Amino acid sequence: MFFKLNPTAGQPLYLQLMQQIRHAAETGALQDGDQLPGIRTLAEELVVSPNTIVKAYSELEHDGLVELRHGSGAFITTKRRMRSLKDHVQVARRRLSKLIEQLRDEGLLDDEIKRAFEAELLHSPEFVRKR
Amino acid sequence: MISPAILTHDLTKSYGPVPAVRDLNLAVQANRITAFLGQNGAGKSTTIKMLLGMVRPTRGEGTVLGKRIGDAEQNRRLRQNVAYVAENKPLYGYMTVEQTIRFASSFYPDWRTDSEKKLLHEYRLPLHQKVKTLSKGMRTKLALLLAFARRPELLILDEPSEGLDPVGIEHLLQLLVAEAAEGVTIFFSSHQIAEVERVADHVCILNAGRLALNASLDELRQSYRRIDFVFPSLPPEREFCIAGVEKIQTAGHQLSLFASRNADAVVERGHDLGAVSIEVAPVGLRDIFLETVKEN
Repeated sequence: MFFKLNPTAGQPLYLQLMQQIRHAAETGALQDGDQLPGIRTLAEELVVSPNTIVKAYSELEHDGLVELRHGSGAFITTKRRMRSLKDHVQVARRRLSKLIEQLRDEGLLDDEIKRAFEAELLHSPEFVRKR
Repeated sequence: MISPAILTHDLTKSYGPVPAVRDLNLAVQANRITAFLGQNGAGKSTTIKMLLGMVRPTRGEGTVLGKRIGDAEQNRRLRQNVAYVAENKPLYGYMTVEQTIRFASSFYPDWRTDSEKKLLHEYRLPLHQKVKTLSKGMRTKLALLLAFARRPELLILDEPSEGLDPVGIEHLLQLLVAEAAEGVTIFFSSHQIAEVERVADHVCILNAGRLALNASLDELRQSYRRIDFVFPSLPPEREFCIAGVEKIQTAGHQLSLFASRNADAVVERGHDLGAVSIEVAPVGLRDIFLETVKEN
């Protein structure tokens, strides 16, 4: 499994790692029972503080995606919830790709579409909740 | 909560009338990688030397691994558990690499011969060459080997990457990370902001002898933002007097803010004031550093 963390992305590194592991489990790149790299191994490979890995693994354990087995490491556990989430994500991606095709047909550039998505994601939850 | 590895209270050092370090209240947590940043002459090396008992504070006090730095006996004991790599890497030039390692290892009962062998191999240090004939990079590697092989609780490094090429720096960072994974607390000063940004858990910025910033890198990543607005007609700057807004710049219809927190509130304000474009971008440690040392 390859992970890539961006220290200047404006997002904590442990969150980036969590998202990448979650994504790998959703796409099937990591499957039920697969072992994740050891803390020291992954810290050396990514050249990040081991605390980043520890935090990501323990948060994922809390979320139920990772099981920490004493003395033998961290393993992926995809339960039913995960599988249904995986289906949802696949459906959502198909819908999104249709929408993006439509927007391109209407003459929007990819960059403009991307910014529109980002702006919506940035505003909507806070503003909707406050209104 | 584990007690801090380093704790200082109003630590101050003046050289004659010139203050080098002023009222420093520093807490470095155990089992973390903490970076110590600051411009040249900001007081980093003086602080490190006070922590190690090499420079006597003018005022204030501190503890390292729970031992008081001002007490000669406690200081001697704490130095058994602290490995220090100095900026200028003082080594005996007339000794060979092998003699230097034999000499250093004789002082430490916990010397790790396995690490010594591994690092000797990786660093390709010439065993029989005299230290005075080594290149700067090689001297650094030898000094690091001596520090890493001691099994310290706390590693203090003053500009460890100075004089190393990019491959050497990458290797150094991997070693630091591996040491940290073994439970070693690391406190290092550096000018290599991009490297600090990758490996550090926590960052302290010293500016003109004072602590100007002390935060976890993940907090900084989450809270610092540059926000660019475009308005049909610019609202007055005072509309953006929101806690956390550090700087406001305007040009034509554009208004650009640098915020250390509360980016959501700033965006909402801009939205309410009729901004036609809002762009929020993360801020890297380099910009945070430059802003911090500029405004203070």
